[in-house]
Amino acid sequence: MRQVAILGVAMTKFGVLEKTNLEMFAEAGLEAIALSNLEPKDMEALYFGNCLGDFEEGQMHMAPFAHAELGLPVGVPATRFESACATATVAIRHAALLVGSGVYDVVLAGGTERACAMGTPLATRTFAMGHHAQHESTAGLTFPGVFAMAAHIYSEKYKVPLKELKRNMAEVAVKNHFHGAMNPKAHFQKEIDVDTVLDGMMVADPLQLFDCCPFSDGAAAVVVAEAGKARDLVKKPVYIGGMGQASAGPLYLQKDLSRVMAREASIAQAYRESGLGPDDVDVVELHDCFTIAEILALESFGLYEFGKAYDAAAKRETYLGGRVVVNPSGGLKAKGHPIGATGAAQVTEIVEQLRGESGPRQVEGARVGLVDTLGGDFGTICNIVLRN
Amino acid sequence: MEYKLTYEQFQQGLERGELLGLKCNTCNSVTFPPMVRCRECNSTDLEVTQMSGKGTIRTFTVIRVAPEGMTPPYVVAMAETDEGAWVMGNLVGIDPDDAHMGLMGKKVSLGSHLVKGDTYSGGDSRVITFSLV
Ligand SMILES: [Zn+2]
Repeated sequence: MRQVAILGVAMTKFGVLEKTNLEMFAEAGLEAIALSNLEPKDMEALYFGNCLGDFEEGQMHMAPFAHAELGLPVGVPATRFESACATATVAIRHAALLVGSGVYDVVLAGGTERACAMGTPLATRTFAMGHHAQHESTAGLTFPGVFAMAAHIYSEKYKVPLKELKRNMAEVAVKNHFHGAMNPKAHFQKEIDVDTVLDGMMVADPLQLFDCCPFSDGAAAVVVAEAGKARDLVKKPVYIGGMGQASAGPLYLQKDLSRVMAREASIAQAYRESGLGPDDVDVVELHDCFTIAEILALESFGLYEFGKAYDAAAKRETYLGGRVVVNPSGGLKAKGHPIGATGAAQVTEIVEQLRGESGPRQVEGARVGLVDTLGGDFGTICNIVLRN
Repeated sequence: MEYKLTYEQFQQGLERGELLGLKCNTCNSVTFPPMVRCRECNSTDLEVTQMSGKGTIRTFTVIRVAPEGMTPPYVVAMAETDEGAWVMGNLVGIDPDDAHMGLMGKKVSLGSHLVKGDTYSGGDSRVITFSLV
């Protein structure tokens, strides 16, 4: 495999936006291309992420329209990726695989989502399409419900009383809002405290409103290129050290939801390929769709032992300045979660961190960063290790 | 490869009050709900079997913000059947506000109830229920 680098990265502001999926993606895509000192005609493929355009705008097969918005040549293929919330990370991984294998030299990858246009009941229904349609979603399962069930298993298995676990989960939300308050692109740019979380509306016991990330609109895109070409084009290319992706089936087959088996397989691939391990990681953008999700992820990465990550935020070990900085962007919780775009925004944050461009939320001396994105009921995990 | 117990046949069983699973002739594991292959050893040498209808609650949640078309609050749970397979369903016969950690590990009997289909789901379906015993 050839060495692969990320050049330009860009994201729109995340939040409730008055723009179409294509408009958002065009903004992010053109900016990423321009920051790479390239032009649209230089792209050799577009790997385009979108999950629910069919319901948001009545638009399927969006990739060729994004291709047209960007002005890519007709001979450049545009392909849609859908891996639920891990969509854009999977698109970027496949771009990197094809660049690494020599099929292409330069690929644009990313995603866009306009979830807010649906309103909460339809958005909740369409997100629930990510559960097994015959055997799980008909019970009225929701994504907060899945992670709520994981939290109950975690409490029982590791003998952390639910009240104590919930207070520590709230500390995860407090941390990610603290980071998000420094991110001008974040959906929520305000700090909260533990009481904000514990006084919130119950969504799926034991998860309350502030344990949950929001529905958001937004887009993000990155340019993936062969490393030699990247060095000719930009001052500070960031290299892909290693990647992983793994799959798991319905929850009734996964059973113990405190252990995300696909993540354990995916991160093992990414560590092996990069020759790096948990001790080398300076900064992480991980999939904190719910507060308990951040705790589960830290344990899967080997950054904490199983059953021991629940109080990492309370001990400020995952804050800026801590032992390993987790979600300096604000994470899905505060930065927002336009599902088809999320992975590309995580890559954007890590690339900017490794270039030293993150302003007040810069992780000093960051050299190795980890991207982690989860899709569906722990069904897809994609990890990318990035390095200087 | 013939599908031994299709979703439709599984649903018809539930309608008759039967919980149909698949017993593996290779490793003796029971697969429930049905799949094309044994959930443990991937063998396709399976035969239809009646489940005991007994299980243990392994986790649960109370859904209070529901998808369009569902009426909250209601309890979603996963139980481990006595045959070893886990299954998703609804815990019924209790006030959702009384659902708490004490449910973990509680014995249940399995049944099913009818859930109305919506525009996207291709019709009504029967969903596994759990009742405390
Ligand atoms: Zn078997």
